[in-house]
Amino acid sequence: MSIEKPKTIFEKIWDKHVVKNAKGYPDALFIDRHFIHEVTSPQAFDGLKKRGIKVFNTARTTATADHNVPTKDQHLPIKEALSRHQVETLRKNCAEFGIDLYDLGHPFQGIVHIIGPELGLTLPGMTIVCGDSHTSTHGAFGNISFGIGTSEVEQVLATQCILQYKAKTMKIEINGKVGKGVVSKDIILYIISKISASGATGFFVEYAGDAIRNLSMEARMTVCNMSIEMGARGGLIAPDETTFNYIKGRKFAPQGEKFDQAVDEWKQLATDEGATYDSVLEFDAADIAPMITYGTNPGMGMRVTDRIPTLNELKEISDQTSLSKSLEYMGLEPGASLLGKSIDYVFIGSCTNARIEDLRMVASMVKGKTKASHVEVWVVPGSKQVEEQARKEGLDKIFEQAGFELRSPGCSACLGMNEDKVPAGKYCISTSNRNFEGRQGPKSRTFLASPLSAAAAAITGKITDARELV
Amino acid sequence: MLIVSGCAFINSNQYRATNNEKMGKDKFTTLKSTAVPLPVENIDTDQIIPARFLKATTREGFGDNLFRDWRYDSQNNPIKEFVLNNSKYSGKILVAGKNFGCGSSREHAAWSIYDFGFKVVVSSFFADIFKNNALNNGLLPIVVSDKFLKQLLNAIEEKPSSEIIVDLENQILQIGSVKEKFEINQYKKTCLINGYDDIDYLLSLNKEIREFDLAH
Ligand code: SF4
Repeated sequence: MSIEKPKTIFEKIWDKHVVKNAKGYPDALFIDRHFIHEVTSPQAFDGLKKRGIKVFNTARTTATADHNVPTKDQHLPIKEALSRHQVETLRKNCAEFGIDLYDLGHPFQGIVHIIGPELGLTLPGMTIVCGDSHTSTHGAFGNISFGIGTSEVEQVLATQCILQYKAKTMKIEINGKVGKGVVSKDIILYIISKISASGATGFFVEYAGDAIRNLSMEARMTVCNMSIEMGARGGLIAPDETTFNYIKGRKFAPQGEKFDQAVDEWKQLATDEGATYDSVLEFDAADIAPMITYGTNPGMGMRVTDRIPTLNELKEISDQTSLSKSLEYMGLEPGASLLGKSIDYVFIGSCTNARIEDLRMVASMVKGKTKASHVEVWVVPGSKQVEEQARKEGLDKIFEQAGFELRSPGCSACLGMNEDKVPAGKYCISTSNRNFEGRQGPKSRTFLASPLSAAAAAITGKITDARELV
Repeated sequence: MLIVSGCAFINSNQYRATNNEKMGKDKFTTLKSTAVPLPVENIDTDQIIPARFLKATTREGFGDNLFRDWRYDSQNNPIKEFVLNNSKYSGKILVAGKNFGCGSSREHAAWSIYDFGFKVVVSSFFADIFKNNALNNGLLPIVVSDKFLKQLLNAIEEKPSSEIIVDLENQILQIGSVKEKFEINQYKKTCLINGYDDIDYLLSLNKEIREFDLAH
């Protein structure tokens, strides 16, 4: 009998990666995989240049251009001078320091959190960081993945390590079966609406329960992606056969015998019987319906059939103030239903929901239908590979017939940094992850929802219970 | 060159002075200043610095766009009601509502606050990544109780010339006769007081990290 204390998957991976745990210092944590992009890396490379040091291990860093890139005419030079400069700076830095870059035009280019998994760079048991908060996406494979700041990007480039304190652990268990028309985006929006935008701050979350086990790999990524929206450092799901099947044969994944060995190791990662968490939450999948947000943080969400809370339904004065401020920005009334609310834009994209299954889900709903005439619909695949696959399957034809515009990969309207912006005052139903003020463009108004709900709204031109159309 | 052994912190000031003319160069011990009140909760980093201003490739100049969309209207005219445009308030301390700095991990948020001239942000709750980013740039995030936060905000709004004293050594925040002790990670405290930097410590572990990388 082993006398070792039972551990959670998070603790197992963490403990394996501590290079040094000196008294008075945070842990020096070894990082297996580092992703970089054009926005949060230039100052980090500058730091290396000023110190006159090289990248510690170039094989562990992969770069792509995603945040600033146009999603139309990607073969032409980027129009906006500052964006162009940032992408060019990334090119120069990657060439100078010897880092693989999946640049515009490369068959592997795409949103950083989409390409890692699809290339098999993201694997179970790893530590993964990126100067981007949605790095938590990779946790769907059963690893420790989290977003970092630029000073930390510099640390990782220079030393392949980062100084960190171990987070507390939280288990979120969702049991039971979700109903028809309810997808993984609804599960995570539901959890966040229950525990608030700061409910998991300081924690690393493990998602468990049969409602999670039954999800595909891509659907699991959607769940882990939004861990940060409840304040968590990251979120993960223990790997299983679904995980191994997804990884098998991917470009950079271990092959042949090595793969089988790796699977044996990965099987040891799951949380031990008897291990304890600092916090445990449970939800019943049957309570979840298609979700929609009404406010200006992802915690302000509800079932699409519910009503926006009224001020006196909230106890805290501060919550009441937040609600009034948000609703004023959104141009909505307390106590109102959102069903039937007319929308102007539909954005299907982002690292939350721009994988091939998301596009298939949308296509299956809109096949043979057309969008409402007053609505503009953008479908932005998460990567070049997703785009190719969509074309191969003929989804592009379905979108075209429906009046949806299929664009080229990038972060697009998720963050209003590139050319794709929602105009001031306009309503956008979006499959992305943030509904902050101005996130999709100055004064834009965002409703977060699943790809199914977004597709339903595209067809009817208004907020619709997706279950009526599936 | 900077590979050091023994004391990991050797040379970090030299680094600061050459690498980071502006950021975090000063050592932080105590600060006495008036403060700017911003009693809004869940201020996310998209508000602190909207994405369209993240295109610079250096760390400087972000202060101009701090709270851009709250500070200026679409014609770039200052919005009078916003606190940074209100000449009543000034100082090196920003006092803000709960869950400050949530959302995107952009370090630009910490840079813009620092670049604008703030040295301290006080709130009753900070998002993790923001807190880390702030500390890595010599910007001190101080967590106070909800009650003390209210007292602070009231005191500043009643009398904008009220001075707040931040005593990092003793971890005390004081306004008038009321004070509260705040918690701070001891390692980060040492870094701030001495102007040290994480990367120097990590560089000193070079050999151990190499061995780890090979064995992994
Ligand atoms: S798609 Fe949106 S959330 Fe994801 S990495 Fe890009 S900007 Fe960030």
